[in-house]
Amino acid sequence: MSKKDRMSGNEAVAYAIRQVNPDVMPAFPITPSTEIPQMVSTYIANGEMDTEFIPVESEHSSMSATVGAEAAGARSMTATSSCGLAFMWEELLVAASNRLPLVLALVNRTLSGPININCDHSDSMGARDTGWIQIYAENNQEAYDNFIQAFPIAEDTRVHLPVMVCQDGFITSHAVENILLEEDADVRDFVGEYHPEEFLLNPGKPVAIGPYAISAYSMEAKYNQEQAMIRSKEVIMEVAARFREKFGRGFDLFEQYRTEDAEFIMLIMGSAAGCAKEAADRLRDKGIKAGVLKLRVFRPFPAEEIAKALENCKAVAIMDRCESYNGHGGPLSSEVRAALFENRVMTEAVSYIYGLAGRDFTVDTAVSIFEEIAEVAGGQKKAVQNRYVGLRTRKEQ
Amino acid sequence: MAGYNLKEVMSKPERLAAGHRMCAGCGATIGIRAVLRALHEGDRAVIGNATGCLEVSSFMYPYTAWEDSYIHNAFENAGATLSGVETAYRALKKRGRLPENENFKFITFGGDGGTYDIGFQSLSGAMERGHDMVYVCYDNGAYMNTGIQRSSATPQFADTTTTPVGKNSNGKVQTRKDLSAIIAEHHVPYVAQTTFTKDFKDIYVKSEKAIYTEGAAFLNMLAPCPRGWRYETSEIMKICQLAIDTCYWPMFEVDHGNWRLTYEPKNKLPIEEFLRVQGRFSHLFKPGNEDLIAAFQDEVDRRWEDLLYRCNK
Repeated sequence: MSKKDRMSGNEAVAYAIRQVNPDVMPAFPITPSTEIPQMVSTYIANGEMDTEFIPVESEHSSMSATVGAEAAGARSMTATSSCGLAFMWEELLVAASNRLPLVLALVNRTLSGPININCDHSDSMGARDTGWIQIYAENNQEAYDNFIQAFPIAEDTRVHLPVMVCQDGFITSHAVENILLEEDADVRDFVGEYHPEEFLLNPGKPVAIGPYAISAYSMEAKYNQEQAMIRSKEVIMEVAARFREKFGRGFDLFEQYRTEDAEFIMLIMGSAAGCAKEAADRLRDKGIKAGVLKLRVFRPFPAEEIAKALENCKAVAIMDRCESYNGHGGPLSSEVRAALFENRVMTEAVSYIYGLAGRDFTVDTAVSIFEEIAEVAGGQKKAVQNRYVGLRTRKEQ
Repeated sequence: MAGYNLKEVMSKPERLAAGHRMCAGCGATIGIRAVLRALHEGDRAVIGNATGCLEVSSFMYPYTAWEDSYIHNAFENAGATLSGVETAYRALKKRGRLPENENFKFITFGGDGGTYDIGFQSLSGAMERGHDMVYVCYDNGAYMNTGIQRSSATPQFADTTTTPVGKNSNGKVQTRKDLSAIIAEHHVPYVAQTTFTKDFKDIYVKSEKAIYTEGAAFLNMLAPCPRGWRYETSEIMKICQLAIDTCYWPMFEVDHGNWRLTYEPKNKLPIEEFLRVQGRFSHLFKPGNEDLIAAFQDEVDRRWEDLLYRCNK
């Protein structure tokens, strides 16, 4: 039986960690994810779970120790944000290339500088090519649900890749909302036990991990890693289906909100999808066919599925909560445009940058974007690509 | 240790197999094999390794020279990686997922680059947290794997590729970091400085203590590198002996806070004896550089006196 409660995103993830009760969790504090290891430590101190917690001296060491623990045969995870993720960058690649199914609870926060503790996706987007599966949440419920699904996805023998479960810093991590929590036994049953095939602590069956590989072997390793990422898509959908069947909610690769007959679609990730949906509702009330495609899974990138979901709309607004500093738009924009072209979906696609370093994204802003892409589609306005929305005006400075 | 028998110890099965690609005459492998001989038969081990000569030469896919489970992660995180492995062991034991009669020991190897420098934080963290593991530094006094660049373990005046001797340079400007003392100040149960000499007893005894003392332990092992130090490979045992007889590399241990000299040369030799046999110091013997050798000697003496004081001598 699901239980109604209210809690923040961090509380929800910590609650899920308690339920999964992983073997090992090294972690280092960083705002806004600090509460997760704090709450886990409290659960352990109160005897409500018995995970071995390692209070490491840095995020580089938290991911290094997570890699070591997972390689040793223990179900392992950590949590971090922003600069913490940046500091463990090297280890993200090591974790993925060693095919270690560990899990990272990421609370999205901008990267320095200027140093700022608020949300954008520059941390996880910067890590988009490190070989990790990335799943994003709109709210505390999805953060909870996605975390529970992470281990079965990562540990599936067709996958064997690490999973990053992302939620928006403060907006989701600290805001208290209603939530449905599942019974401990049901969660444990869903996640299952972990029995790796090869691990360091396998008595009588030693294994060596982390080789030097010359050019004659390295390329195959990378190819196999990419094949696993491709295969992970079906596993993510299977696990989502199993979750839906057991708990009655959730999405596959993305959520489609009123897109069936939509002429204008906003493609967005994370907490801002709530504003986008509200804006779509308001426009629908005025007879404008607006809808939202909320991307849940960014890695593997569902290129074909997105293109198909957009093939009948007149215009799409691609919303990046991250700058790529390439003079050519954010990462989501680049990937969606490539997907559209590859699949010969020639709809109007207008890219925007929003919400950097915690800048508010409002329903009014979302409405104005819908109106703008409608004008572009109607030929009244020429598209301006990669415009920053919500930027201070010269007068305000 | 009364029961030490060289022949017996040397006839134990090798846990680092022949066929690895380390240089002929490499000090690291001699020392590492000596450390591994201290593992009791029947005990399993997980070996960690920082990136370096040892790693790239002993585990080149698809071959491994390690008889035990082995993990290489990266350059700067051997301490953290093995702390994860050791914690996993405790977690799996606690949860009944490993047979009770299976004993694993955790030993990680890193060069001085991966230990004194880039891996310093990770090492310090692992020691401070008190994981039941041994960190063994094979100190060859420079980044040998990348081609003999200076490290904080490089002795003063050494000619390295980033402290080259030239018209305006006498080699490395700074003196060495005293890592053994720094780790001892972490107040871990066991710290020792060792190398291999004569019957290999010192390294064996210290390794056994390090491995079988509960909690974090650190072994700092002088491991000459013929390429970087520029000596004939057959000279290695002589060089190690000179290192301890000149008190350049004092042999001591800190056992639960108790500092103890484990070797005191009857006749402390002048530092020239150690320096002269190595090409990296050849410039010191040019006329006019006598003051440099004197400065080197002063530093060795100062540190030796300091150590004697710590050991209540």
